[in-house]
Amino acid sequence: MTTYFLRRALGAVAVVLVLSAVVYVTFYVAPGDPARLACGPRCNPEQIRQVREQLALDDPLLVQYWHFLQGVFTGQDYSAGTAVLHCDAPCFGLSYQNNQQVTDMLVERLPATASLAVGAMVVWLAVGIGTGLLSALRRGGATERVLTWLTLAGTATPVFISGLVLLMVFCAYLEWLPFPSYVPLTEDPEQWAWNMLLPWVALGLLESAKYARLTRSSTLETLAEDHIRTFRAYGVPERSLVARHALRGALAPVIALTAADFGSIFGGAVLTEMMFGLPGIGQLLVRSTQTIDLPVVVAVVVITGAAVVIANIVADVLYAVADRRVALR
Amino acid sequence: MTADLQPLVSVTDLSVAFPSEGGVVRAVDGLSFELAPGGALAIVGESGSGKSTAAYALLGLHRGTGAEVTGSVRVAGHDVSAADDAELRRVRGGAAAMVFQDPLSSLDPYQAIGDQIAEVHRVHRPGASRRDARARAVEVLGRVGIPDAARRARSRPHEFSGGMRQRALIAMALACEPRLLVADEPTTALDVTVQAQILDLLRELRAETGMGLILVTHDLGVAAGSVDDLLVMKDGRAVERGPVRTVLDAPDETYTRDLLAAVPRVNVRRTVLRKPTGVGSSGGPSGGPSDNTALLEATGLRREFGRGKRAVTAVDGVSLTVRAGETVGVVGESGSGKTTLGRMLVRLLEPTGGELRYRGRDIGTLRERELRAFRSELQMVFQDPVSSLNPRRSIGESIADPLRAAGKLGDAEIVARVRELLERVGLDPGAYHRYPHEFSGGQRQRVGIARALAPEPRLIVCDEPVSALDVTTQAQVVRLLGELQRDLGLALVFIAHDLAVVRQVSDRLVVMRGGRIVEEGPADSVYEQPRDPYTQGLLAAVPLLEPAGAAA
Amino acid sequence: MTDLLITQEPVAGDAPATGARQVWRRLTARKSAVAAAAVLGLLVLLALAAPLLAALEGQDPNTYHDTLVDSARGGVPLGDFGGISAEHWLGVEPGTGRDMFVRLLYGARVSLLVALGATVVQVLIGLAVGLTAALGNRFVDSALSHLTDVMVAMPLLVFAIALMAVVPADFPRPLLLVFAIGLLAWGPMARLVRGQTLSLKKLDYVSAARLTGGSSWRVARRELLPALAAPVITYAAILLPSNIVIEASMSFLGVGVKPPTPSWGQMLSTATTWFRADPTYVLLPALLLFVTTLAFTVLADGVRVALDPREASRLRVGRGGRESRKSRPGGTA
Repeated sequence: MTTYFLRRALGAVAVVLVLSAVVYVTFYVAPGDPARLACGPRCNPEQIRQVREQLALDDPLLVQYWHFLQGVFTGQDYSAGTAVLHCDAPCFGLSYQNNQQVTDMLVERLPATASLAVGAMVVWLAVGIGTGLLSALRRGGATERVLTWLTLAGTATPVFISGLVLLMVFCAYLEWLPFPSYVPLTEDPEQWAWNMLLPWVALGLLESAKYARLTRSSTLETLAEDHIRTFRAYGVPERSLVARHALRGALAPVIALTAADFGSIFGGAVLTEMMFGLPGIGQLLVRSTQTIDLPVVVAVVVITGAAVVIANIVADVLYAVADRRVALR
Repeated sequence: MTADLQPLVSVTDLSVAFPSEGGVVRAVDGLSFELAPGGALAIVGESGSGKSTAAYALLGLHRGTGAEVTGSVRVAGHDVSAADDAELRRVRGGAAAMVFQDPLSSLDPYQAIGDQIAEVHRVHRPGASRRDARARAVEVLGRVGIPDAARRARSRPHEFSGGMRQRALIAMALACEPRLLVADEPTTALDVTVQAQILDLLRELRAETGMGLILVTHDLGVAAGSVDDLLVMKDGRAVERGPVRTVLDAPDETYTRDLLAAVPRVNVRRTVLRKPTGVGSSGGPSGGPSDNTALLEATGLRREFGRGKRAVTAVDGVSLTVRAGETVGVVGESGSGKTTLGRMLVRLLEPTGGELRYRGRDIGTLRERELRAFRSELQMVFQDPVSSLNPRRSIGESIADPLRAAGKLGDAEIVARVRELLERVGLDPGAYHRYPHEFSGGQRQRVGIARALAPEPRLIVCDEPVSALDVTTQAQVVRLLGELQRDLGLALVFIAHDLAVVRQVSDRLVVMRGGRIVEEGPADSVYEQPRDPYTQGLLAAVPLLEPAGAAA
Repeated sequence: MTDLLITQEPVAGDAPATGARQVWRRLTARKSAVAAAAVLGLLVLLALAAPLLAALEGQDPNTYHDTLVDSARGGVPLGDFGGISAEHWLGVEPGTGRDMFVRLLYGARVSLLVALGATVVQVLIGLAVGLTAALGNRFVDSALSHLTDVMVAMPLLVFAIALMAVVPADFPRPLLLVFAIGLLAWGPMARLVRGQTLSLKKLDYVSAARLTGGSSWRVARRELLPALAAPVITYAAILLPSNIVIEASMSFLGVGVKPPTPSWGQMLSTATTWFRADPTYVLLPALLLFVTTLAFTVLADGVRVALDPREASRLRVGRGGRESRKSRPGGTA
């Protein structure tokens, strides 16, 4: 077990390093002069030259990448004219747009993304596992047919459609809910929840379709296993068959998928954040892409990648713990 | 109890039909039988005879599966076919308990074995406390011969060996003191020595508790020593039924007689097929090594799987010589390394150590490309008749494959040769364009043999070639292999777990255990005077049809 | 000499038939799949005939009609339901007055083409990587499997958006989308191909083919590739609708096809500001996108069941210890 963790951790570090290198090189080699972008549209060639020097953009790429890594681990100093800007340890550089520290920008936007992720996860787990179990246990009935179609429709809907429809119905026509505008949890918990409700439902319901399908197929598969037949042949009632013998194996892949999804949602809930105007990391990414703010884009991609890699290790461990037949290797 | 006066089990005109894509499959068709309290009945038959389906019906296990069940089934005073769900649950485990074939998958992998038994106990004894149920679990585990039962009750199934798991499953059956035990192929997944122990246990428990036993098995030998009555089934119907000795010694029906004739006997010398005179080929299969040219020579052959601490040595220093035209039988229990050895001999696997010489040339270390020159001379017949043929290609094309790869013959010649081969293995030469799913297991195995023969090899390794087949088909395929070996002067390596089958074909015998050879010698002398204690135990564990042997 | 000459003895019920004809029969027996196929057939036909239909209506996708929108109210189309009229069958776009019918049709072209192209790229890369991993030596397999794991785990949208920041503006966008989606989202396909190939490799008939003395390529071509067709087709059918959604998402975020090229995602993006004033403008592309992806999903589901009839044979009491390996799909949120 310990060697397994050690090996996976080393592997994760390697993956994140390779990933960050690839991302870094791709973005800084790409056409479009970073110095010009950093300097802004009204710069003269001399100013651009200064910025180039400042950012050490004439160094070989590997050296630049090394500085980038150094910045992440030890922090870095930037000279802006006469003043020196210090960028603290997890330093991903300064934004081209406003010279703000990228790390600060990310930290600023984390609460909105985290609020969305946690709330939506609660929705999709409750709804997804519930409908999945229900349709597995009511096989062949009308309930199953309705649920099957609902989940199919759910998997076929992008969040910007469900979001738009929800907005139209609940905000524009029924006027039950405010148009979402993010209020931090620390400011006003009630308003926070009230405003997050639509994003949670929009994202959570769609994701729950995937979870319902997975829960259903995994439950059916488990119920078809021989050991279930044994307990049925010994007169164990169906309810305890499911609760005591099927559920654990059936939910193992669901738990693992949750962990994996939770990792990717930190960078990946882009659509939902854009749809509802949530000031999260996804929104930051889209804005930075439009303004070609390279340090921010690189930071978001690298951090998301790291989150996903870690989440997947967690997922594998959870899966193995839940389903003991899978050995960690 | 008045129930004791009635039969324990009474089945009348039972039919079970499964709706399927191609129409309704009638698995059991008008079956009737009875079992007296405390009696023991074996239901025997080949695959597809409906024996397991009939056993499942005793516990109403077809309910809710879509199967159509008609007729009446009464078990210990309960009308299973008419019982409501609550009554059926009382019958299951309470009146009649079932033991399944595969003990690993039949137990919940996540829970301690003791807890699983305790759970079943509490279902049928609602008054029992958790502690009582746990105590009962430990008690029955001890009863079935699990050492240190109190501690082992906390283990999960994967921490048990195959035999121990089957004991645990039997313990679960005992937990609620049922009046009937239904055992569906309880020893089929087990090695022969473990099988003998489990059968002994069943006999003891029956004598002690007085419960009735219905034993479903394909193996007449297993049935012979374990029950009082025998019911022979074929195509869902009862063919013959009577006291076990009567049916075995003086069967009324031709089908039973054929079945008995096909059962290989471990205590009978093989009938040597004499070579027709005038066929000039080196090496006689009969008299042993008259010709000493070694065809294939393995010296200290090793094979490991995995690396580092997890490495497992499957074959550990095996030295073996196969001479031209002889048949070497390789027997061993599961995990003995016999299959790995066989795959190395034809170089489907690369040895990790040792030397493998074919006609003096070292082929053990050759790479795939360099091996091609030898491929045609070393062939293999595989165990599984389903996976050994590509379902997407006609059997003719499968057989033609080595000929086409060699590229020596033209298209017309290849087709002619394939037709000839099909005929040679007892199939219709016109079947060239038919697909594997149109054939039965035995026929597919014949196709596999024809494919192995196509490149005119000198040696064929047969890896459990008949273990997936029914006993009558088994006999036919074994006979075919014997004929081919005699007529073509082939060398055969015959790998099997079934000692009786191996005896029917082997000149020499190799007994393997844990990756090593424990005994080797001329077949008859090994079978009749085994020197190694392991071989002796193995031979003693083989269930015999004849009562004299059963006592041994 | 031969002891028995067996001629006809077909075995019933054994090994589910996997021939193309049976699969077709099972597929056409599913009403939902047939309906989905009909919807998609119609859609493809409409998309192909877009220029013809535009001519028939007498409109083109890019002409502004300032007279048809109410500039006083910010550009809301005049008339009911987004300005539906005899000239403009599905109304006009708010703000610009461009013809919705034609724009939706051209949007379908972009959507289908990008999704199809991306799927082809995914299948090709997936096959190449999966096969190489499964057939290569330990190091090749380990390296490619790790790469595949990373690709499966990565949130596609994040990477695709980021990529759009650095690609030159004059690169043709639809092609760029095809490659961005194809190159970033081949992971699950490669994993599927590797897994299938590894389990095929264990089958005895592949061992038997090795014993024929043919080359490795010959074995792969004759024994492995045909057996991979079914799972790869099934999975491609599942990828197609998800690619449509990805394209729409990227256009929605403004990193997809560039205006004035019409695209459903882009219309929906604009629609976020119009849903109060002109709900028709939201509903039309939303409905079209939803119906398209739903139809593809239903059809893919049908193909899956038709190719894997195990679903149907679950009726039997569980017999034999079938080893079940549960899938643990990676997610894209």
